[in-house]
Amino acid sequence: MGLRIIVLAKQVPDTRNVGKDAMKEDGTINRAVLPAIFNPEDLNALEQALRLKEAYPGTTISLLTMGPGRAAEIIREGLYRGADNGYLLTDRAFAGADTLATSYALSMAIRKIKDYDLIICGRQAIDGDTAQVGPQVAEKLGLSQITYAEEITKIDNGKVTVKRRLEKGIETVEGKLPIVITVNGTAAECRPRNAKLVQKYKHAKTSTERKETPGYEELYDARPYLNLAEWSVADVNADTALCGLSGSPTKVKKIENIVFQAKESVTLDSSDEAIDNLMKELIANHTIG
Amino acid sequence: MANFYTDNPSLKHHLHHPLMRRIVELKERNYADKDKFDYAPVDFEDAMDSYEKVLEIVGEICGNTIAPNAESVDQEGPSVKDGRVTYAKGTQINLDAVRKAGLMGIAMPRRYNGLNFPIVPYIMAADMVSRADAGFENLWGLQDCAETLYEFGSEDQRQRYLPRVCGGETMSMDLTEPDAGSDLQSVMLKATYNEKDNCWYLNGVKRFITNGDSDIHLVLARSEEGTRDGRGLSMFIYDKRNGGVNVRRIENKMGIKGSPTCELVFRNAKAELCGDRKLGLIKYVMALMNGARLGIMAQAVGLSEAAYREAYAYAIERKQFGKAIIEFPAISEIISLMRAKADASRAMLYETARLVDIYKALDDISKERKLTPEERAEYKKYSKLADAFTPMGKGMTTEYANQNAYDAIQVHGGSGFMKDYTCERLYRDARITNIYEGTTQLQVVAAIRHVTTNTYLNRIKEYETMDFKPELGDLKQKLVAMTGLFENVVNMVTETKNSEYIDFHARRLVEAGAHCVMGYLLLLDANEDDSFRRSAEVYINYGQAEVDKIYAFISKFKHEDISYYRHQA
Repeated sequence: MGLRIIVLAKQVPDTRNVGKDAMKEDGTINRAVLPAIFNPEDLNALEQALRLKEAYPGTTISLLTMGPGRAAEIIREGLYRGADNGYLLTDRAFAGADTLATSYALSMAIRKIKDYDLIICGRQAIDGDTAQVGPQVAEKLGLSQITYAEEITKIDNGKVTVKRRLEKGIETVEGKLPIVITVNGTAAECRPRNAKLVQKYKHAKTSTERKETPGYEELYDARPYLNLAEWSVADVNADTALCGLSGSPTKVKKIENIVFQAKESVTLDSSDEAIDNLMKELIANHTIG
Repeated sequence: MANFYTDNPSLKHHLHHPLMRRIVELKERNYADKDKFDYAPVDFEDAMDSYEKVLEIVGEICGNTIAPNAESVDQEGPSVKDGRVTYAKGTQINLDAVRKAGLMGIAMPRRYNGLNFPIVPYIMAADMVSRADAGFENLWGLQDCAETLYEFGSEDQRQRYLPRVCGGETMSMDLTEPDAGSDLQSVMLKATYNEKDNCWYLNGVKRFITNGDSDIHLVLARSEEGTRDGRGLSMFIYDKRNGGVNVRRIENKMGIKGSPTCELVFRNAKAELCGDRKLGLIKYVMALMNGARLGIMAQAVGLSEAAYREAYAYAIERKQFGKAIIEFPAISEIISLMRAKADASRAMLYETARLVDIYKALDDISKERKLTPEERAEYKKYSKLADAFTPMGKGMTTEYANQNAYDAIQVHGGSGFMKDYTCERLYRDARITNIYEGTTQLQVVAAIRHVTTNTYLNRIKEYETMDFKPELGDLKQKLVAMTGLFENVVNMVTETKNSEYIDFHARRLVEAGAHCVMGYLLLLDANEDDSFRRSAEVYINYGQAEVDKIYAFISKFKHEDISYYRHQA
């Protein structure tokens, strides 16, 4: 029983090692100093898809990403790990999208892909931390959703069984296919790139990339899988008014740069009393409990 | 997110050596695989790009998985129960990562599911893995055995075993026995042919077998009853699926603790002959050992690099008397010499790897077609040079790894003596490198004939004729003078025509030659890339003083004084 899986992935600035020049003076992210990476939880999602592919032969995995031309790298990164193909949603009209416009664009692309059993994505992206896109995609497509997945344990009789990581424990739930699943960062880490797949797919490019950096042109007819699909607003039959900035009700009012000061830290001795007081304080201000 | 490939630019420098064009051309047979395999390169640039991309994967796994696991693997180690070995948890994670990344069988041809990489990029991966965890390199590096199976096994055996290795199954080479260590001619493990079953059975004990519970073993055993020397030994393949070999115990070692060193008991273990009878030791194991020695060189280079980095990182952080200790000349000299020894070792490693690459690729081609006279001459030249550079390189780089590990602890002071710092593990891990796969003393035995027959000297003269930038003229003059002294001491010793006397000075002569060779290699590196200049200066100053010392010792040594060094019962 082969499954058709779509993995939603986003290229994000690596905000995990933020230095002092990570933000520009105007409060926006300084993308020049932050390398563009595969959103970490989307990698966890990809790993779940790859495990399903191993468990259910015949399964195919398609990556879907929205972003500027260089986001094609995300598709290649997916192919290097075992995905089968990918689609880059790229158009000036998609730029500046909030979660609503993003999920609209993604859902239109998924409608175009048409055949799928599972849509898997990371819980949230490290540049926005909203955790809204996955659920919104499910809503727009009229699908059920399982969020905070830690492990997709099995697929049987048109149903998927998922372990969810919740605040106070693990919950096992079932859902009917097709379905959207968002995966937590606590799920299994994604496997490394594979040496053979890297060599197989390293020349994979979108048509725009081929124009910008030509080379090995004779390969693209002989090896059709090296041509990465690139879709515009029109390609996915989307309404421009609902895309990008014009489709985004969210407006950023202000961004503040917060630097923690040493004066805000407290030094405790190791006595039982000090620790007891700390616990009480943390419970009182709802940091824990 | 450390990447051991991209954070060490000297690897890229060595990967892009001009000789690589020839190596890749031979290895890829004019890119004939491109229509058969979707991952085969279409031209030279494509091949080099593939090596880099794969080395980046290795670098990432080393930096993010293997190195962070090294400490727990060292503490936990493997265990044995009911004759089977369980690796430390970190080791299992490491193995899983390299398997999923498809990094087993790197050098095997594509038709057996390998990557068909030359030895240079394969050894480069070994260099990085060793920097991350030298003990893990032992497990991962045993894919070398596949090379021997490929070279000497039948086509049927290749087809049955090599894809399994490329798929991630591990190997071991079962050579040593309680009474056969350096002297493998004394191997006693008994191989008996059973006509009824049409197969061989192995009985006996092997000892100190690295990864002895592997999936596929190459075993040296005595097939010729009644013989006592190396000519009675053959090589066998034992497949763990057939059973018959149990692990009796694993050694409690000083270092490389993640790698299980096993004592094996063979009880009617079914095995198949690999290659021809009686050639086990004299041909196959010798080939196996040469490959393995190159692997140990890589292990030594990785350790030297790690030791240098640990020492440097500590020296710029640690403050005493109001400043970072690296500001003190006594410390900065140690650090710069560590850097120079690591760079010299790496230069030697990749020079040797290139020599091996060319002759092995030609040897492989010779099985498909007759070599042209030019190719035969090329084969002869490079196989001889590889035969000379392997023992010299193994001897020097492993001694330097030990010296660097020692110095790393010295730079750390008292903290380095504690278990809290990595340098302590490096010190223990390095200690085996100049012992196994032939002690330094045995490397000298293999290298000395190339001293007396001028293999090294002729190669040095080749380096001498190369074009160097004018600003490197002074360094070159030093090397010319060092070479003169080397020639002089060699003549002084060999003209006695006394084999005991030559043996007595052999290590000194090999080392004098090695300082000249490694000095030139660093000078060539500096000629291409200015970042090697410091190491070239520091190493040549060091080598010059060492050669002077050797010259002084030998020229002042009175022949009859040798009696003071003889064993007196």
